[in-house]
Amino acid sequence: MSLLGKSVPRQAALRHVAGRGRFVDDITLPRMVHVAFVRSPMAAGVIRGIDTGAAAALPGVVRVFTGADLVGVCASFAGNSAAVPQLRSPPEHCLAVVRVCWQGEPVVAVVATSRAVAEDAADLVQLDIDSTDPAVDPLAALADNAVLVHPALGSNLAMEARIVSGDAAAGFAAADRVVTHDFNFGRHTGMPLEPRGLIADYDPAADTLTVWQSHQAPHQQQDVFATLLGIPEHRVQVICPDVGGAFGVKLHAYPDELAVAAISKVLGRPVKFVADRLESFVSDVHARDHRVTARLAMKNDGTMLALEVDDIGVMGAYSTYPRTSVGEGMQVIMLAGGPYRLAGYDARLRFVYQNKVPTSAVRAVGHPIAATITEQLIDFAAHDLGLDPMVVRRKNQLVAADYPAKAPGGVRFERLSIDTCLDKVLALMDYDALRAGQAALRAKGIYRGIGVATFVELTSVGAGFYGPAGINVSAQDGATVKLEPLGRARCAISITDQGQGTLTGIAQIVAERLGLQPDDVDVLAGDSRATPYGGGAWASRGLSIGGEAAWAAAGAVRDAALELAGLLLQVAPDTLDLRAGQVVNASDGAARMTLAEVARIGTFRQDLLPPGYRPQLGATRHWVPREEPYSVANGVQASLLEVDVETGFVKLLRHWCVEDCGRVINPLLVDEQIRGGIVQGLGAALYEHCQYDEYGQLVSGSLLDYLVPMAAEMPDIVVAHIETPAGGSALGAKGAGEAGAGGAAAAVWCALNDALLPFEARVTQQPFTPEHVLDVLAAARGRQGA
Amino acid sequence: MNVPADTLAIALTVNGEAVQANVPVRQHLVDFLRGALGYTSAHLGCEHGVCGACTVRLDGVPVRGCLTLAVQADGATVETIEGVTASGELADLQAEFVARNALQCGFCTPAMLLTAAELFKAGAMPTREQIRAHLSGNLCRCTGYQSIVDAVDAVLKRRAA
Repeated sequence: MSLLGKSVPRQAALRHVAGRGRFVDDITLPRMVHVAFVRSPMAAGVIRGIDTGAAAALPGVVRVFTGADLVGVCASFAGNSAAVPQLRSPPEHCLAVVRVCWQGEPVVAVVATSRAVAEDAADLVQLDIDSTDPAVDPLAALADNAVLVHPALGSNLAMEARIVSGDAAAGFAAADRVVTHDFNFGRHTGMPLEPRGLIADYDPAADTLTVWQSHQAPHQQQDVFATLLGIPEHRVQVICPDVGGAFGVKLHAYPDELAVAAISKVLGRPVKFVADRLESFVSDVHARDHRVTARLAMKNDGTMLALEVDDIGVMGAYSTYPRTSVGEGMQVIMLAGGPYRLAGYDARLRFVYQNKVPTSAVRAVGHPIAATITEQLIDFAAHDLGLDPMVVRRKNQLVAADYPAKAPGGVRFERLSIDTCLDKVLALMDYDALRAGQAALRAKGIYRGIGVATFVELTSVGAGFYGPAGINVSAQDGATVKLEPLGRARCAISITDQGQGTLTGIAQIVAERLGLQPDDVDVLAGDSRATPYGGGAWASRGLSIGGEAAWAAAGAVRDAALELAGLLLQVAPDTLDLRAGQVVNASDGAARMTLAEVARIGTFRQDLLPPGYRPQLGATRHWVPREEPYSVANGVQASLLEVDVETGFVKLLRHWCVEDCGRVINPLLVDEQIRGGIVQGLGAALYEHCQYDEYGQLVSGSLLDYLVPMAAEMPDIVVAHIETPAGGSALGAKGAGEAGAGGAAAAVWCALNDALLPFEARVTQQPFTPEHVLDVLAAARGRQGA
Repeated sequence: MNVPADTLAIALTVNGEAVQANVPVRQHLVDFLRGALGYTSAHLGCEHGVCGACTVRLDGVPVRGCLTLAVQADGATVETIEGVTASGELADLQAEFVARNALQCGFCTPAMLLTAAELFKAGAMPTREQIRAHLSGNLCRCTGYQSIVDAVDAVLKRRAA
């Protein structure tokens, strides 16, 4: 029986339930010192002076660094892209030198023998900053007299992009009805439970830098540290041990982390920094923060004609390094309207700088916004036209005959399962019965809403993205597979695992090829020195790209083992197979010798082999998507909720997801990825909000103020799959990590506005706080009274 | 603020072993367990008492280790998941967590197990909603909670059978 498609539990889980995880903060090195940062207390200002005297004099303090101290150690950096030449991105330093641009920007680093002493000393640092007016209103950001985040740029416009396909104007001219809605997607963040952190250990004798970092992409970080600190890349090693959640937050090169590496280079000793939760909120990248106005042109019969999208995204203070911050907005305008046939499409994106934490890639980049715009407008259109929203979807969605299709935003869809996913979710949830129940309850004054949202997901980004952008991020991943002398296997691979279980999938793939069990395969990852070069974890690439590399490498080892076995057994290798730890006859399955015996002879007894023959029981293979620019996954999510129209509280009753990530290698792990992602999306819809006041101060910067879903608020989630294998690959897996987060909020938008239909009230901003729900209800009553 | 690094001598039992130490009076229990003793299963997720990742047992009762000073553990018995694993008390729940993948990154897991264990002591058979409510002081950012609830529910039923 194949191991592929089997629910194999994770080896790593055994360590974690026993308390034997090994996270960055669990590691201690000889002579290690600790950093605490002094961060800008204000959103904008000019640094006049910094007095570090009292801090430096505190016993236990090793040294205090300002931006000026590190300018010559760590080069400045900017999140630019050759593929987006219109992006204007000013240079940034690891510690602010002249100006501060957001509350939380690191200004001074205090190094001491303990974190506690470093924090004591940080309190003694005197910052003299001339506060200036912050730019905090995204809609005012582009006015002629706007306060400028970066005066040298002359405006707050970071970049503008437009995607036009077909003839949108003709569609609107021919429309029987146009639905319009304003959407405000609140700023939230990934908030991995383990904060960001690293230990940088520079050895001046050998000119080597070893970094243990809670990060998703060790090879990217090797490149970043080597480039910015001027250390040869082969002397930089980045190790990512157990990582306590990442979700895109740990994909970027943060100024504070670069400062830590620079400080280690100056001091020549290991330096540790682990962010505390309060500084995480003001330094981890935030996400979303988009204001969108969108219009959908419809015929009376439910035909969708054209979609127009106008998106203003907030970049925050900088475009993040090295990947830039444009991804979220670009994916919005690339994916809006994607699952449907549209004759016209016109989407405009403007990114504006603000004196706030930079936004950038967080799980499901842009996807939730694109799905929400599309699905919510369809629901409104259906309501206005007196049609069932599912009827409108079925009438316009892509079906088998449409593939390969091109989305209105230009993305190629090799083959999706939009229609079959919808069929399946409607059957799972018993849509018609829910609608009947909804109507009966409404008569009793109970307001339930049903929302169904289709989403498409760009996973496993191929070679055409970062390379042409001039950004040193590998789209390719690599795997080395070795047959150990007693018959077990090891795999070193460039993808990384922050809990997804990707490495268990890799063990399944290698074991499948070698006729072993997953437990017989040890997988090493998260080490830029010990694994082939590759991308790590981003854009749901682990199994779909890393899996292919492992499949190919294990295949080469399999071929080598069978060749050797063929020599020993004096039969042709292609008459043999590897099954259950044995070399067997391919024809009848009869055991001929153990794989362990092959490995033993191949490792220790070459003297038994024909002259000149040299066994090769190890192989490295790389894989990168070339046939398609992405592996596009898709799915549908559905939400059933109840809104209390007296209090504005929303209670989630149930949630469904039918998802197509191609071939499912491990159903247990995929389902749990989806559920976890959904709950993050539900948090974004209902609770999570990085709120700024008019001074640019983050006012929800603790876990008391920034609400994250807990067990009691969350519904049970039904997950099912359609499997449309990815083309151009051996395994056919597509990415699965972002599907949950990509569609959940859209389903809740649709469900909540569905619940509010009797009141003719429509929510416009997430999270849907009780206050916002009551506001739109009051506004609707006002309109009706007027 | 420059707090004098005053210390106090404390004596306590940690995971069955007698421990004597001089600890800074301002040091919280998790920093002491992690830094001085190497029990790294107690994790710091927020240090303001919300996320629950620092949960350890103090005299048999789960406490927020980040809101408890080390000196408050003087004379007490402290248990972390390392000790509970060694005793085998939660072996069935730990195995169920693995089987159902009721953990991903593992950062919340030791604390989640210790919190869930309270339900076994109560002797009652909580509903699914009661399990969810009981676990609502422990933040998990990866799983979405359902598999954790399933694992706790399954072990409760198995132990009651």
